Amino acid sequence: MRFVDEYRDADRARALAAAIARLCDPGREYKFMEVCGGHTHTIYKHGLADHLPENVTLVHGPGCPVCVIPMGRVDDAIHIAERDDVIMTSFGDMMRVPGGRGSFFDSKAHGADIRMVYSPLDALKIARQNPDKKVVFLAIGFETTAPSTAMTMLRAKAEGLGNFSVFCNHVTIIPAIKAILDSPDLRLDGFIGPGHVSTVIGCRPYEFIAREYGKPLVVAGFEPLDILRSIHLLLTQLAEGRSEVENQYGRVVPWEGNPRALRVIAETMEPRPYFEWRGLGFISHSALRVRDAYAGFDAERIFDIPGGRVADPKACQCGEVLKGVLKPWECKVFGTACTPETPIGTCMVSSEGACAAYYNFGRFTRDRVREATRD
Amino acid sequence: MCLGIPGEIVEILPDQPDLAKVDVSGVRRAINIGLITDDEPRPGDWILIHVGFALSKIDEAEAKATLDFLEGVGQAYADEMEALRESGIE
Ligand code: SF4
Repeated sequence: MRFVDEYRDADRARALAAAIARLCDPGREYKFMEVCGGHTHTIYKHGLADHLPENVTLVHGPGCPVCVIPMGRVDDAIHIAERDDVIMTSFGDMMRVPGGRGSFFDSKAHGADIRMVYSPLDALKIARQNPDKKVVFLAIGFETTAPSTAMTMLRAKAEGLGNFSVFCNHVTIIPAIKAILDSPDLRLDGFIGPGHVSTVIGCRPYEFIAREYGKPLVVAGFEPLDILRSIHLLLTQLAEGRSEVENQYGRVVPWEGNPRALRVIAETMEPRPYFEWRGLGFISHSALRVRDAYAGFDAERIFDIPGGRVADPKACQCGEVLKGVLKPWECKVFGTACTPETPIGTCMVSSEGACAAYYNFGRFTRDRVREATRD
Repeated sequence: MCLGIPGEIVEILPDQPDLAKVDVSGVRRAINIGLITDDEPRPGDWILIHVGFALSKIDEAEAKATLDFLEGVGQAYADEMEALRESGIE
């Protein structure tokens, strides 16, 4: 376990924190966005903000796929799931996501056949076993899960499986980052780039952020030292007046990504003209739909879906949290009306959501701080 | 769902070239390895798995570091392993 220690080592963390402090111009504010929910998790769990100078702030981004599914799409999925001839399948994360008329859990309690699966390939197996039913897989996620959906459709086609389809809600990370860069509410100085999405798309697609927006981006690993090191790299670039894409997570992320994964996505799916993101509104070319050539596997064409837009609950401030404008605890219902058990917004549902991460770990940090200051 | 979970390839399933039997923290399940681009995956290789598919090969030290991170994640990791246990990819 030597390697683990290497990425956790307290002395190295202190040395990095000191180096970070030296790089900061005390008269300047620095705001970095961590795009990926996994990073948010590490940051809260290890209280990384405590290791940073006061003028360095980390803001959470939209990189939690469950969090960005809009209410209307949940309702559409439930509409399909409630048909007598349908078995709906989905990842466990989706079960509690609230739509306009409840969640999958509610609908299952009322008799809909909704099954949790680990993989789209498990959904395919259910389709083989139930030839008299239409088996629908609710596909969600960024480029990390899109290749799996693509491979499953290819497999279904090869097997000539006629009763399997995908309700496609895959979203793509680049347009979301662009929407945030173009948003007037937020001034950012750089990005901690997502680790796992980048194993698929590689580092090149981020280059416009450095070139056109003049902001550095560092693709980062998930250990606390990875994140500190990435912040150090971002500050070094700023101190030297550079804006580039760097790969701190080269031990897992190849610069070119995974060409085979990109190929299967392109074969089966294409960008939608626009797609609604919960809290963020409509973003152009920000999601994928099933290509014409695979129309037979596209739940949106097979079933009549309402396709309506449902406004988020008034109390919900997930949009601001997803854009990094508000911290989770600044939302009025945080921890009171909205908890992981009774989520109002999506950021509280998935453990990758900023609100859930803060709820689970933030309190602990706050308590610890209180304890430490008591003596 | 977004967590990449490391596993060690135990056996390449001969009649299904894209599938391998993989040991993930003691749970052995079939995982699709058809997306791995670098040289042929072999028993003993470590891979990072997302929803039943290996997206990349990693080295053993990275696998250990990732497992350690996941154990710290708590519930999300427990849920993912629970889901994997139910999985019957074929
Ligand atoms: S506390 Fe709940 S409603 Fe408020 S931003 Fe977080 S998830 Fe959304």
